[in-house]
Amino acid sequence: MSAQDLVARAQKWSKEQPWRLYASQVSILVRNELRRNLFTRRRIGIYLLAFIPALIILTHAIFDTGRAQIEEDTQVLAGIIQLYYFRLGIFFACMAIFTWLFRGEMVEKTLHYQFLVPVRREVLVVGKFLAGVVVAVALFETAVVACFFFMYARFGSEGKSYIFDGPGLGQLESYLLATALACIGYGAVFLALSLLFKNPIVPGVVIMGWETIAPIFPSWAQRLSVTFYLKPLCPVTLPVTGPLAIFTVVAEPVSAWIAVLGLLSLTIAILVLSCFLIHRMEITYTTE
Amino acid sequence: MTPDPRLIVFENVSKFYGETLGVNKVSFSLGPGITSLVGPNGSGKTTLMNLLTGLIRPSQGAIYVLGLTPQQPMEFFRQVGYCTQFDSFPPGTKGHDFIYWPLRLHGFAHDQAAKLTNEALERAGMTQVARRKVAGYSKGMRQRIRLAQAIAHHPSVLVLDEPLNGLDPMARSESIALFEAIAKQGMHVIISSHILEEVDRISDRVVLMSSGYVVAEGQIKEVRREVRDHPMQILVRCSNAARLAAAAFELDHVVEAKILTDGHGVLVRTRDADQFYLLLNKIVSGGLVEVDAVAPADDDVNSIYQYLIGSDGGPA
Repeated sequence: MSAQDLVARAQKWSKEQPWRLYASQVSILVRNELRRNLFTRRRIGIYLLAFIPALIILTHAIFDTGRAQIEEDTQVLAGIIQLYYFRLGIFFACMAIFTWLFRGEMVEKTLHYQFLVPVRREVLVVGKFLAGVVVAVALFETAVVACFFFMYARFGSEGKSYIFDGPGLGQLESYLLATALACIGYGAVFLALSLLFKNPIVPGVVIMGWETIAPIFPSWAQRLSVTFYLKPLCPVTLPVTGPLAIFTVVAEPVSAWIAVLGLLSLTIAILVLSCFLIHRMEITYTTE
Repeated sequence: MTPDPRLIVFENVSKFYGETLGVNKVSFSLGPGITSLVGPNGSGKTTLMNLLTGLIRPSQGAIYVLGLTPQQPMEFFRQVGYCTQFDSFPPGTKGHDFIYWPLRLHGFAHDQAAKLTNEALERAGMTQVARRKVAGYSKGMRQRIRLAQAIAHHPSVLVLDEPLNGLDPMARSESIALFEAIAKQGMHVIISSHILEEVDRISDRVVLMSSGYVVAEGQIKEVRREVRDHPMQILVRCSNAARLAAAAFELDHVVEAKILTDGHGVLVRTRDADQFYLLLNKIVSGGLVEVDAVAPADDDVNSIYQYLIGSDGGPA
């Protein structure tokens, strides 16, 4: 079959698809998922993961009356975002949010309702993934903004000037972009893991180990980790030495745009795998 | 071969859960009307229903529902409604939303989805409690709200796993009337139930299952005729029971002729019912016996079930 035939087939297939219905189904799925999962007591742990650094910074801002340096606090903020949020906070929150999307419904014995409606399973994957992304991004972007605000608010006019006349606003934009991409990337990984394994916690720990040690592997292998694409987006370099340096080293840096496109491509590849896996999924609650 | 778009077809279907057998080499076709799946616990009724609706995949064989497979969900689930036995609901769901949102996923606009929701709630007798959370419903109400969801989009095939469980006699009677009304519209209704008397009353045909195999399948009377190991029982209410019993005993195929305790009838067990009816006609026309009523005594699901499976079922 020639390339032209393939293109013609793809165009024909695309024209035959009820895209408007798919979009409407995705929006309903996102809405239902948000209503079901966003503001529930089960999510308290995730809210804590997101907002504990902001609370610590706020406590310092109120009670720490010693003289502070903007440059020093900028480094502290970079450490919080790169070492805490990207390595731990977003990682574990995404593990909790995205593995629960399908596995949670298996545990609650409600997944069959999703499989008994005229919705393609691929649409179901996309709808649930987007719902997870909305939750994770909203939570962690708010947390990062809160950290940023509390960190510089104590400096008064100097802090205001750093944000609006200096590099502050640009740094915040970079952090927000990297945070969103971290949620998207980790989200796709954990969604796929939840479809592959009944208990995704052990594979999750393996993924965490991989994300940690990936920098010591060849560059092609590093491209299979989420943090590889996040590092080039971080606006402040951490001067970390000793064993912790493994978290910050960039063996073969890539440009920001390549990092963004690379992470989005990795995410799409993992979602395609998830779409394949969801077709193999069966409702066997008794074996869960 | 193109699958028949009017039938539900199982072609040599087997399902194994690891090394455990779910169902084995099941083949049959079902037309419109009410079909009951009957069998003891673990006989494979729910597995068969889950296979039919694509919740699980066959290890081998193929299943077609009106020419469609669950791999075509957009078309398939517009035709099929399944009320499962799983008594679980999305947390915090209200009765109305439980029906309304799946209808929106079908592609119905708000007005139409709301209309269909209200109609389904009314048919299931749940309108009064529709705005309450499902978590506060009784077992019977939960059963009915699931039924309402399964019928809301007017499917051509309705699959009901133990739909009468937990219903009080009034709700049970209303549900049966609803199934009969749906079947009369030319739809396929497939029911699994262990309440054999009710199955017997409403079914057009039965599929008897045991240990993952289909033991018998067809119209109840046909299946009964196939059970040759057990002589058929025929109850004759008549004026001169002793004479009829004596005449019946002269026939080779009659294995028992028992006069009823009130003396006004005979229970005959015969291996050839047609021959016995011929004898009865002869006796009646000869004026020897005056017959008030003749009826088969064991061509119901319960008897067939006991002959073939050797158990009275019990709750599934």
